[in-house]
Amino acid sequence: MISVRGLTKRYGATAAVEDLSFDVAPGTVTGFLGPNGSGKSTTMRMIMGLDTPDAGRALVNGRPYPELAWPLREVGALLEARAYHPGRTAHQHLTALAAGGGVSRARVGEVLRTVGLAEAAHQRAGTFSLGMSQRLGIAAALLGDPGVLLFDEPVNGLDPEGVRWIRDLMKSLAAEGRTVLVSSHLISEMALTAEHLVVIGPGRLLADTSVAELTADGSSLEEAFFRLTSGAAMYTGTPAHRPDTETPSPAPLSAPSPSPYDPPHRRPR
Amino acid sequence: MSTAVLSSLMPAGGYGLPHALRMEWIKLRSLRSTWWALLVVVAGMIAIGVVTMANTKPPSPDKLATFDPTNNVLAGVALGQLVIGVIGVLLVTGEYSSGSIRATLAAVPHRPLVLAAKAAVFGGVTLVLSELVVLVTFFAGGAALYPAIPQPSLTDGGVLRAVLMSGAYLGLIAVMAVGIGALVRHTASAIGALVGLLFVVPAVLAGATGTAVAKFFPTMIAGNSLAVSRPMPEMLTPWAGFALLVLYTAVVYAAGLRVLVKRDA
Repeated sequence: MISVRGLTKRYGATAAVEDLSFDVAPGTVTGFLGPNGSGKSTTMRMIMGLDTPDAGRALVNGRPYPELAWPLREVGALLEARAYHPGRTAHQHLTALAAGGGVSRARVGEVLRTVGLAEAAHQRAGTFSLGMSQRLGIAAALLGDPGVLLFDEPVNGLDPEGVRWIRDLMKSLAAEGRTVLVSSHLISEMALTAEHLVVIGPGRLLADTSVAELTADGSSLEEAFFRLTSGAAMYTGTPAHRPDTETPSPAPLSAPSPSPYDPPHRRPR
Repeated sequence: MSTAVLSSLMPAGGYGLPHALRMEWIKLRSLRSTWWALLVVVAGMIAIGVVTMANTKPPSPDKLATFDPTNNVLAGVALGQLVIGVIGVLLVTGEYSSGSIRATLAAVPHRPLVLAAKAAVFGGVTLVLSELVVLVTFFAGGAALYPAIPQPSLTDGGVLRAVLMSGAYLGLIAVMAVGIGALVRHTASAIGALVGLLFVVPAVLAGATGTAVAKFFPTMIAGNSLAVSRPMPEMLTPWAGFALLVLYTAVVYAAGLRVLVKRDA
């Protein structure tokens, strides 16, 4: 169970996440959908206690992540594929995490088999392909057999077989009664994976609903998504930029569209 | 250790310092580069000590009073501190450049624990290793001395203190480097800060103002206050120098801890 209440994060004058509230229930895959830069990763980082919110809070099983007694046994997260030192083997990386999280060493071999990395367990992880990195990140997330799982863009850079594997894994984790939150900007992937959706625009909640309700009027999920995010997407191109538009008509004053010259919302480095 | 510090290392809940220590120990020993670098420390310090002693000329009678072969045999500390410092910095900055800090903080989200474990594990390993190396270097270097020069002995006044303090110095540098890594976070800048602090700034100051200011810098304290069996009049005394180093280490560590806790990971 994840609950986010009034979560706000600002970088300078820019609000990456603004007054965001939603719950993620166990037993289903909840898709966390939004355009690039809409604040999905920032929200997940705040849930994991990596970033401190400017206001509001994110609770996992009723407590902030850093206050969990055994965090790895309650929450597993894949935030970035390469969250390991390239000089260590997959086995060493997971063994160190298991020691820190109070997880039995036997789990290391188990999760490596689960994600299909048993053969590569003693290979330096720096030599891994992106797909193998994702699998190692998922192994780390599964290490403590947690009831809550977060995946940030897990299918990025994966081949079709890997995409299907992750999809099936997430569904089976949810079927076991776990809470699964998976972010993506790929609507088609969410349509196949998620039953529930949390859609955010630039840092704000746009929808918190089931996939069935969102598409109840017969529209596809993609159409529903664009309806929600129109005016909210931040990297909107304008007709003036398209080569087939010779004479762009001036935008009506009553319906202002986001200017392409607005600076994109970025995290400062 | 005060109760406040102790309780910050023992959060209410399941995991605690023992878990963080075990995790950092596995991480330290599972990187081959760390062992290669430590091998450089061992071989380099012994070799420099032996070569310096082999090249030490018998003192002329007027220099006899200030002649201190113990200082010569410990010349390798200058190299040791650089390598130890770089490893210590990388223990923290490497986590940021590789992204593994996210995994580390997922397992142990209480950040003071992570830094304490890193400092304790690397500081401890460095301390034990350095004390062994300075003792080995002392005997190997003594054997390389001209037969005409009387060999220094650990039982001579101040010699054992000079040798052991030099080993302890490297342990302090290890902790200081972990603190610099947490404070600066980017590998290149952190190593720059380390080299500036240990070599560049004191060398410039020594050139400009002699020992007046430079004597307060770690490298100068190590070479002229700690690694001497006969304290030098214009330099800090051994114990004053050592106390100052402990203070520096505590300040840098505390600053690194503050940044680690405050800043988003």
